[in-house]
Amino acid sequence: MSRIDDALYVERDGRISVFMSKVEVGQGLKTAIAQLAAEELDIDFSRVLIVRADTALSADASYTAGSNSIQTVGEWVRRAAASARHVMLQRAADAWGVDATSLWVEDGLIKERTGVRQITYGQLMGGRTFDCDIIDDISLKDPCRYTTVGRSVRGNDLVAKVTGGGSFIQDLVLPEMLHGRVVRPPGPRDMLIDLDRDAAAHITGVLAVVRDGHFVGVVAEREEQAVDAANALRAAARWERSAPLPSSDAIYDQLQTGEGRSLRIVDGAPVDGDVPEVKVPADAEQTLRALYKRPFQLHASLGPSAALARWNQGQLHVWSHTQGVFPLRGALAQALGVDVEAVRVQHVEGSGCYGHNGADDVALDAALLARAVPGRPVRVQWMREDEHAWEACGSAMLLQLQASLDARGHVVDWNHDVWSFTHSGRPRASEGVSNLLAAWHLETPLPAPQARPGGGSHGGIHRNADPLYAFPHRRVVKHFVRDQPLRVSALRGLGAYGNVFAIESFMDELALATECDPLDFRLRHLEDERARAVLCAAADRAGWMSGVKRGASGAGRGMGIGFAQYKNEKCYAAVVAQVCVENDQIHLERLVVAADAGQIVNPEGMANQLEGGVMQAASWTLYEQVRYGANGIESRDWDTYPILRFDRAPEIEAVLLDQPALPSKGCGEATQGPTPAAIANAVFVACGARLREIPFTPERVRAALAH
Amino acid sequence: MADTIRLKVNGVARDIDIDAQTPLLYALRNDLGLKGAKYGCGLEQCGACKVLIDGQALPSCALPVSEVAGREITTVEGLCEGEVLHPVQRAFVEEGAAQCGYCTAGLIIGVVALLEENPRPSNAQIGAALERHLCRCGVHNRVFKAVHRAAEEMAR
Repeated sequence: MSRIDDALYVERDGRISVFMSKVEVGQGLKTAIAQLAAEELDIDFSRVLIVRADTALSADASYTAGSNSIQTVGEWVRRAAASARHVMLQRAADAWGVDATSLWVEDGLIKERTGVRQITYGQLMGGRTFDCDIIDDISLKDPCRYTTVGRSVRGNDLVAKVTGGGSFIQDLVLPEMLHGRVVRPPGPRDMLIDLDRDAAAHITGVLAVVRDGHFVGVVAEREEQAVDAANALRAAARWERSAPLPSSDAIYDQLQTGEGRSLRIVDGAPVDGDVPEVKVPADAEQTLRALYKRPFQLHASLGPSAALARWNQGQLHVWSHTQGVFPLRGALAQALGVDVEAVRVQHVEGSGCYGHNGADDVALDAALLARAVPGRPVRVQWMREDEHAWEACGSAMLLQLQASLDARGHVVDWNHDVWSFTHSGRPRASEGVSNLLAAWHLETPLPAPQARPGGGSHGGIHRNADPLYAFPHRRVVKHFVRDQPLRVSALRGLGAYGNVFAIESFMDELALATECDPLDFRLRHLEDERARAVLCAAADRAGWMSGVKRGASGAGRGMGIGFAQYKNEKCYAAVVAQVCVENDQIHLERLVVAADAGQIVNPEGMANQLEGGVMQAASWTLYEQVRYGANGIESRDWDTYPILRFDRAPEIEAVLLDQPALPSKGCGEATQGPTPAAIANAVFVACGARLREIPFTPERVRAALAH
Repeated sequence: MADTIRLKVNGVARDIDIDAQTPLLYALRNDLGLKGAKYGCGLEQCGACKVLIDGQALPSCALPVSEVAGREITTVEGLCEGEVLHPVQRAFVEEGAAQCGYCTAGLIIGVVALLEENPRPSNAQIGAALERHLCRCGVHNRVFKAVHRAAEEMAR
């Protein structure tokens, strides 16, 4: 990724093609990247073309995840674009025998300051590549001269989305395309005993029934034929059922008793060595303790995952909405037993994914089915049930917090214990194992890898477990639990959702114990000025009423606040929730989010991400839990896995704090943690119910009120 | 078994050879190339596949194509007049009421039907009317604003 040519290409007509090494998942990355390139190149935003990630064209930037794209790829594109501008000015200067400092650029047109000569980028480059490196010490444009970055821009494809212009992988049509569907086992570990392959023979258009071990699928001329054939095969298949799943209600006991490994977290990262005991310090005036719970939850993309695949003389071409074209290529090659060079993965946008959904799995499904019809592309879209029942969930978490306060109402000791399974199950090439679903079911299976505790700063379970507050003594411990009952992987925010929910709920519990306003209590323990600023900005916009927030009895209206800096190094976000509780019903009335993500590239895009993140986290918090039990996964559609609906949607306002001189940070996951705490804290003020288990169902409100 | 079914979509009648039980959604997307309506659940739960049938917003994912033969079907593609967007489409663009956009076409159909029936809906009425539409990215708030904006424009 050190070459200018890896990042961009100057078309003959002067437009700039920028090669996306990260992918668009509805977060607005394309637009922001185009703005950054346009700014450094001094060219109009509309003349930047974004080329989707493609293993045949792009640099390998691994996964689009962790709110990293703007910071990493955005910075790379800025530097590549600035280098390209510099090189082009130098080349023009050499050709004209003048000094490069005597030239300037206006919308892609290089001009002499004092002469009449001019040439466009397109004319100058004439279709040639740069053939040089990104300049190490290239100077970037001074933000005070920005004309594009920092300005609100709507995505170029919004008009296509409102007019039905095919822009999703689900809409992609290739010549000679066929349709495939898969038949999954009734339960995760069930084995196929018998399949009557003729069960679909009466259905017109069926071209192939594919069985490989316990993997079953069908290819047909038309989509509805593939659906009907899959249903017929499903009805005819006989499976040996594996041991029944334990009930979803038992999950927190399993977390507390499951085998695994405990690691102390210091400065956001796990360290080797003994885990210290919890000790109450001598100057503790009072000590509080509370247990918080977060269940398995789904990405639940609105559009079930889809992929297209075509085999041609041993070469496989896959169209996928994966978050990582290169890791997927490696994992596909391994599962299919072909050389990685024989596989090309091209990104096409899908429905919003919010993490690791079924995108990669359906790519292997399509490749397996397409192998039965060489030369013809096969489009596979999962059915709703495939997505709900087979996607990897966000991991369940159990959190125990204990803190001591001194006589002045300051936290003198802080303990955070979090039990969870892995949060990372993304596919990549790895000897003898695979994280692609169908690979587990093949005649020669590649089993799922054994989960291991992740290291690194703010990895999955311990993401945001280490609070930003200036506590004099803290003990943060993650308890990695090895064997999870359900398949799990990265869901927006990973462990930050549960950790911040617990931390920020507990902060309110402590504030009440010290008779302190929850906002003041946070400010008392925060030295970071940017953190203080987002808290105050959210509170101001929301109309925060200062005072000790003691729960009203039974019903009423309340306001609550929650805060975090994502991974303690990215976007700062504070959320204020206003709720009304009537009997056992929580009505979300208004949510205000204030955020500081450094220099803002696209205010409109940032606001949309923040609002959407808050809304989605509100949905997780009020409604969402994967139910399962002896009959397998019970959450199989939108009725059995309800999410927030329009009739319950609150008003949302986003307050953006710009820092033009500071690096841009991703904001797509920043609100996931603060939101559930803000809601829980607001519910407590409204009615006196302290909710410590997600989702906040009416039953839990009633139970908390009775407590 | 293929039957010949005459569908009237966006003002144009087209004969297609299709099994009569096939859901309308597949006919629209695969036979007529109208990709606006999306498959979301096949269970009439999410609204991503909604189209107007004789002016009523209905899910098309489980509705047999034979049942709508001869009826007036309008998809999101049929709302624009040439290059000119329908006021509801324009309002969605102006309010930035989409992230991934998968639910957008279905929502626009739902909003067009709502404004036909109730030109100045309150937030509560909008929420109730769109209750059977799901949005996972969380642009609900922007959709409310887009409905009000479109209502104002259409009242002019």
